[in-house]
Amino acid sequence: MTLQKIWIAYYTMLRNEMVRIVRIWSQTLLPPVITSSLYFIVFGAFIGSQITPISGFSYMQFIVPGLIMMSVITSSYSNTVSTFYFAKWTRTLDEILVSPMPNWVVVVGFVSGGVMRGLLVGALVLGVSLFFTHLAIFNVGILVAAIVLTSVLFSLGGLINGVFAKGFDGISIVPTFVLTPLTYLGGIFYSVEALPPFWQQVSLFNPIIYMVNAFRYGFLGITDIPLWQCFAVLLILLIVFVFVLLWLFRRGIGVKN
Amino acid sequence: MTPAVSVTDLRKVYEGGVEALKGVTLTVEEGDFFALLGPNGAGKTTLIGILTSLVTKTAGHASVFGVDIDQDRSLAKTYIGLVPQEFNFNIFEKVIDIVTTQAGYYGIPRAEALPKAEALLKDLGLWDKRNQPSQRLSGGMKRRLMIARGLVHKPRLLILDEPTAGVDVEMRHGMWDFLRKLNQNGTTIILTTHYLEEAEALCRNIAIINQGAVIVNESMQGLLQSGGHAKLEQIYLDLIKQETKSS
Repeated sequence: MTLQKIWIAYYTMLRNEMVRIVRIWSQTLLPPVITSSLYFIVFGAFIGSQITPISGFSYMQFIVPGLIMMSVITSSYSNTVSTFYFAKWTRTLDEILVSPMPNWVVVVGFVSGGVMRGLLVGALVLGVSLFFTHLAIFNVGILVAAIVLTSVLFSLGGLINGVFAKGFDGISIVPTFVLTPLTYLGGIFYSVEALPPFWQQVSLFNPIIYMVNAFRYGFLGITDIPLWQCFAVLLILLIVFVFVLLWLFRRGIGVKN
Repeated sequence: MTPAVSVTDLRKVYEGGVEALKGVTLTVEEGDFFALLGPNGAGKTTLIGILTSLVTKTAGHASVFGVDIDQDRSLAKTYIGLVPQEFNFNIFEKVIDIVTTQAGYYGIPRAEALPKAEALLKDLGLWDKRNQPSQRLSGGMKRRLMIARGLVHKPRLLILDEPTAGVDVEMRHGMWDFLRKLNQNGTTIILTTHYLEEAEALCRNIAIINQGAVIVNESMQGLLQSGGHAKLEQIYLDLIKQETKSS
């Protein structure tokens, strides 16, 4: 396929996915906005008002970046895992597989859908947060890099999950039993420095800590972990996920019969 | 002339050890209307799956218009249009979008795909339904929609996997006319069907697969003559019975 044809094929996948996300907005966009609003009300306004400032920021200001990141992670992951598995289950995936699109374009197409939904949800949650607190942006470059890379990473993760899933249970196990605990323990609601030394060390094995801290740095200019470490972890995971996916597609594992 | 399809010693063993293809070798010439027949589970869909990259082969070679599917899979796929056995389009999507989206996957811009889709949907009697979600179509209309989708990128080879299953007689004959015209205009067609009178009426050459092996591969006329001009259905039943006994 020529580059122009590849672009058209990719755009077709992306357009389809955007139409789907917007068409079923009450399932794709609304739930994370409602959940985040509840977090802002309960943890930020009710409980947060009784908590002393962290590094000079109110508790509400402290948790907003993490809550945005949580929505982005969940939305990106669930978008690719559900879209891919559903396409496999209904065999609409065959429409794509019989076409001359190279594997990498198929991967990029699915991942882009996840990223678009993740970023859209992130923007909506950010908008809602402004009703609760004032937010300044410390470094827009870091902020954008952190959110985009995280969204790409979890879209890739969701796609890997979708490839291996053999039933509807298979697409809910990882989000429920792995992603949710890691996200809640990923420094959204607390600073890692507030933990006892042992748990601080344990926390470093949670990759979400690095993403939340990088993103929080973009907003507030504070981080528990050196910024280079945050981006190194993100990039390493991202490269590993890309290679795993391309290998799976090349071998047809979980994709073809 | 380069054959439209050439497969040599094609083998497929599924996970769990089921041997779906046991060294299939056959050739489909360009411009042919070729019947690929066999009982359920014979390996027809697996063979089609390998040609269209939906199934990974265990061994052997396959090429489409001289392009080895292992050497340049992407190019080989541009030559093929597939009409699968099962409905596999998004039931919430509009008829017109299903066709133009498929064109998009082949790198055809929407503006270019729209007139192509219009022509196909008109030919297949679906133009009035273009803005309806596909779930509202009848079974026969869904089959025709899959034909339109499979043809939107103007493939040189059309593979039809039981395209008239569940379609009423009148509509089936309409589809036959459409396919005949398509073949006369140069499109090579491979047809799998359980309606043997359909294969007899449409196809010039035939292969019968049973338990993953080709048991017959010759011209339709030759097969009918060798069977004493009996109906294809009778010849087919006798052959399958013989094969099953001997195995």
